[in-house]
Amino acid sequence: MELHQLTIHQLHELLLKKKVTSREVTEALYRQIRKVEDKIGAYLLLTEEAALHQADEVDRQIVRREGIGDLAGVPLGIKDILCTKGIRTTCGSKILENYVPFYDGTVVKRLKERDVVMLGKLNMDEFAMGSSTENSGFKITRNPWNLNRIPGGSSGGSAAAVAADECIAALGTDTGGSIRQPAACCGVVGMKPTYGRVSRYGLVAFASSLDQIGPITRDVEDCAILMNAISGYDPYDSTSVHIEVPDYRESLINDVQGIRIGIPDEYFIEGMDPDVERSVKEAIELFKKWGADVKRISLPHTEFAVAIYYIICTAEASSNLARYDGVKYGLRSKGYRDLIEMYTQTRAKGFGKEVKRRIILGTYVLSAGYYEAYYRKASQVRTLMRSDFEEAFRQVDVVIAPTAPTPAFRIGEKVEDPLQMYLSDIHTIPVNLVGIPAISIPCGFSRDNLPIGLQITGRHFDEGMLLRVAYTFEQNTDFHLRKPPIA
Amino acid sequence: MKMDIEKVARLARLELSEEEKVTFGNQLEQVLTYMEQLNRLDTTGVEPTSHAIPIYNVFREDETKPSFPQEEVLAISPDQEDGHFKVPRIIE
Repeated sequence: MELHQLTIHQLHELLLKKKVTSREVTEALYRQIRKVEDKIGAYLLLTEEAALHQADEVDRQIVRREGIGDLAGVPLGIKDILCTKGIRTTCGSKILENYVPFYDGTVVKRLKERDVVMLGKLNMDEFAMGSSTENSGFKITRNPWNLNRIPGGSSGGSAAAVAADECIAALGTDTGGSIRQPAACCGVVGMKPTYGRVSRYGLVAFASSLDQIGPITRDVEDCAILMNAISGYDPYDSTSVHIEVPDYRESLINDVQGIRIGIPDEYFIEGMDPDVERSVKEAIELFKKWGADVKRISLPHTEFAVAIYYIICTAEASSNLARYDGVKYGLRSKGYRDLIEMYTQTRAKGFGKEVKRRIILGTYVLSAGYYEAYYRKASQVRTLMRSDFEEAFRQVDVVIAPTAPTPAFRIGEKVEDPLQMYLSDIHTIPVNLVGIPAISIPCGFSRDNLPIGLQITGRHFDEGMLLRVAYTFEQNTDFHLRKPPIA
Repeated sequence: MKMDIEKVARLARLELSEEEKVTFGNQLEQVLTYMEQLNRLDTTGVEPTSHAIPIYNVFREDETKPSFPQEEVLAISPDQEDGHFKVPRIIE
């Protein structure tokens, strides 16, 4: 195996045994980035000098025989939605093209405290609004498995970079599937933690009641390691929760005997790709073989998920994005005649199409006369959806379904049809609306050799159970070991 | 559902081109029609959920703590003067 293909846990072992240095691995990754990046386009910014400096620091600690943590010297990529002190953070938007934060987001701070090497900032749909990374204000990212396909989104840069061996692992964010769907499209592991598990401080806000930060990794063990690092209460985020963080590595148990797995009828929908259906059904058969108790369940309000989501997330976005007014930071347009023109022109120039569309929609559903019909109605149906899952989790421990109804679609295929784009999130959205955790793991390949993702969903704060079920699947299959042709 | 897109754009402090008004108008009309399926559900008496997990007011002791240094905050603003953000005239 090449140095740039290591997992976090493999690299940690090699560092401890002094078989490699963090500098060697970091340099190997930048070589890989230089080799494939003009085709993939995963990064918006590389921070090579600082990365090598940090790698050397960890190498010196190892020479001095100081104990190192399991993330020390590990080169990671960070989605460009997370504030990094002194390092440009664009959120994929022209309106923040020159924004250099004066503080680190809490998760970034936690990674720095663990001596992680940050390779650079990863591409994304502008303000995380999208399912294909085609909405980035700067460039598109291509799927390492097929360069004519989207890598998923909004954390498309993160997933593509992990798949193309341009980083060991990455952080993404997930508002309606933005970690899990790109992980599925690129054949890697992605977890959206329970709402409140991870601090959102320093995460550029899109929809505050749905946003959550999580890991994108090569395997489930790496996911557990990153979850250990980023989880926990933070006084700077009053929605983060005071619940003890377990050692997620203890959940890496290769056994699902007696675990009750629910298969929701409503998730096997018309229009689902036959390869996706086949792979997921084969995965379900494997879980049965390994002794899990698999049963059919019903989540009756699933068909309303997309409608609820695009009312709630656009409402929250229109409010959150009101801060981009050209006053305190970010872009200010030139040539305005008064204050109002400064606002309207700055926002016209700084925001891309999809962001404008969502601001308009969100403003509309919150406006006088429509609030009751849209926002309030959607919030009520959100309650019904929550009850669906409460009922399901009385019967089963986890729910299994495809992460997305199709493998990665073609670049350009859905750009002009927002509704079709929105419908591709049908399987991931309910998880955010209900605030529960979910993980996507590779479970097969289409006949065109595109990865297919399996989504495992669990109770609030039961990430450990998801990791156990995912780990069992991974230990007994080899989908996660396949590499895209470009890597 | 027909949306008065110019009015909504005004509320959102967003200037739209003529082309954007037409395409967004058509696309969002489609999206809003799709959303009307929610009306099939009777939600009488259902409490709305605004947050997936229960959250309460979070209080802390009223202690002063250092803020970010003023010069660092102002350094990334588009325009500033004498320790203030500078904007066009607001009051005529």
